[in-house]
Amino acid sequence: MSEWLQFFQRALPAFLQGSLVTLQLTVVGLSMGFVLGLLSALARVYGGKWPRWLAVGYIELFRGTPVLVQLFLIYFGLPGLGITLSRMTSAYLAMGLNSGAYQAEYLRGSILAIGDGQMMAGRAIGMSRFKTIWYIILPQALRLVIPAWSNEPISLLKSTAVAFLIAVPDLMTKAKAIAAQTYDPIGTYLAVAVVYLVMVFALSELLKFLERRARIPGFEMEGRGA
Amino acid sequence: MPKTILEVKNLTKIYAGNIVFKDISLSVDEGDTVVIIGPSGTGKSTLLRCVNLLTRADGGQIWLDGVEITKAGHNEDEVRAHIGMVFQNFLLFNHLTALDNVSIGLTRVKHLPKEGAREKAMHELQRVGLADRAGHYPGQLSGGQQQRVAIARALAMDPRIMLFDEPTSALDPELIGEVLEVMRQLARDGMTMMVVTHEMGFAREVANRMVFMEKGGIVEEGSPEDLFYRPRFPRTREFLWKITELYGKKETQDSAKNTEGTSGAEGEA
Repeated sequence: MSEWLQFFQRALPAFLQGSLVTLQLTVVGLSMGFVLGLLSALARVYGGKWPRWLAVGYIELFRGTPVLVQLFLIYFGLPGLGITLSRMTSAYLAMGLNSGAYQAEYLRGSILAIGDGQMMAGRAIGMSRFKTIWYIILPQALRLVIPAWSNEPISLLKSTAVAFLIAVPDLMTKAKAIAAQTYDPIGTYLAVAVVYLVMVFALSELLKFLERRARIPGFEMEGRGA
Repeated sequence: MPKTILEVKNLTKIYAGNIVFKDISLSVDEGDTVVIIGPSGTGKSTLLRCVNLLTRADGGQIWLDGVEITKAGHNEDEVRAHIGMVFQNFLLFNHLTALDNVSIGLTRVKHLPKEGAREKAMHELQRVGLADRAGHYPGQLSGGQQQRVAIARALAMDPRIMLFDEPTSALDPELIGEVLEVMRQLARDGMTMMVVTHEMGFAREVANRMVFMEKGGIVEEGSPEDLFYRPRFPRTREFLWKITELYGKKETQDSAKNTEGTSGAEGEA
């Protein structure tokens, strides 16, 4: 056991560096995905024919193919079209595009759950469609979506491990290097699993905090009533 | 001669191939309370929604203060800001406190400064007897209180006319009275109102004019006395008899209870 602890201590700096990159990929991917997801969700619910069609195409394409294939297409495929992106940029892009497709569906669901009534009430006091979406629908939809959406940051954090396959220096890449140095794959990957677990735990605590903060008395998925 | 606030001429609405109503014409004078009654599914609610342009009519014209609002290119948002609407199921903004529900139209539509909007919103909440509930969210209010906040929200915009779409139909019987009392007070204050309701006691007491609609058309209109005691058409008599039988008993009980209830709620404040 103490031997294992010693090993953990030695590997820690590398793990920390790797974790930082993993978190970076998660945060950037999640943010990019949120913007893309929100735009797609709005396009699907409120958009005209073409925006709707575009959003559906994007969502189906990126949900329907493995993130690894998307990553390889961006990193190895795009140079063939004269677009060469760095490893990091490619990984950000793959994470963001993929996550956006999932976030779009979470957001669309919660926007639909708010219902036409709120839109009608907003319009009835003279607000434009845009104002009603901005001041009435979204503040409610974004609160309502949190419990379901909380899956996405966690799932994204774990799926950033695929960036290892284009040699982005994330946690997984560091782990692979350490395992090769120490000839101890079991210890190394167990340790990596623990680090991922700790990050996911911290993240889900953060999400629970967010959910509590955003709570409004009497405003829940079931209790919205009337 | 009193000023005409709202004029509807030959309004027709078709939905999915079915005629909801056809060639509806009526006018509402300043300070009038017009009560529209009729069986469900005769297009009363749709008529109100057409009047404030939430639904597009398929034919006919509407004038508000002498200006035709059904003309193509007319600013609909502007029109709605001048027409108050109260819905059957309240439709308060669930993420906002009672006060913010009332003030959001003032800040986001009328662009009043925050302080001024707050003051005005507080005044409107006072008017419906809910100043002490300003910081409550809709989920923390009873149905009757929610509907009164919804009325305050509409009043805050200083509407030329208020439309009520069955404002008490979704309420528990013991909460109906407090909402009707607010509406009675509005009528006394000279607000112009168009009310779709089954509350015959309210209609008899407050309405200047009653309109009986059935199967997408106006069957008969006149003073409450005319419709209740001297209806020209058997259908009017039949409907009023049925609805009074159904609601009448409960209502007399309620109005007795409610006068207590409202004063009690205010006493709490």
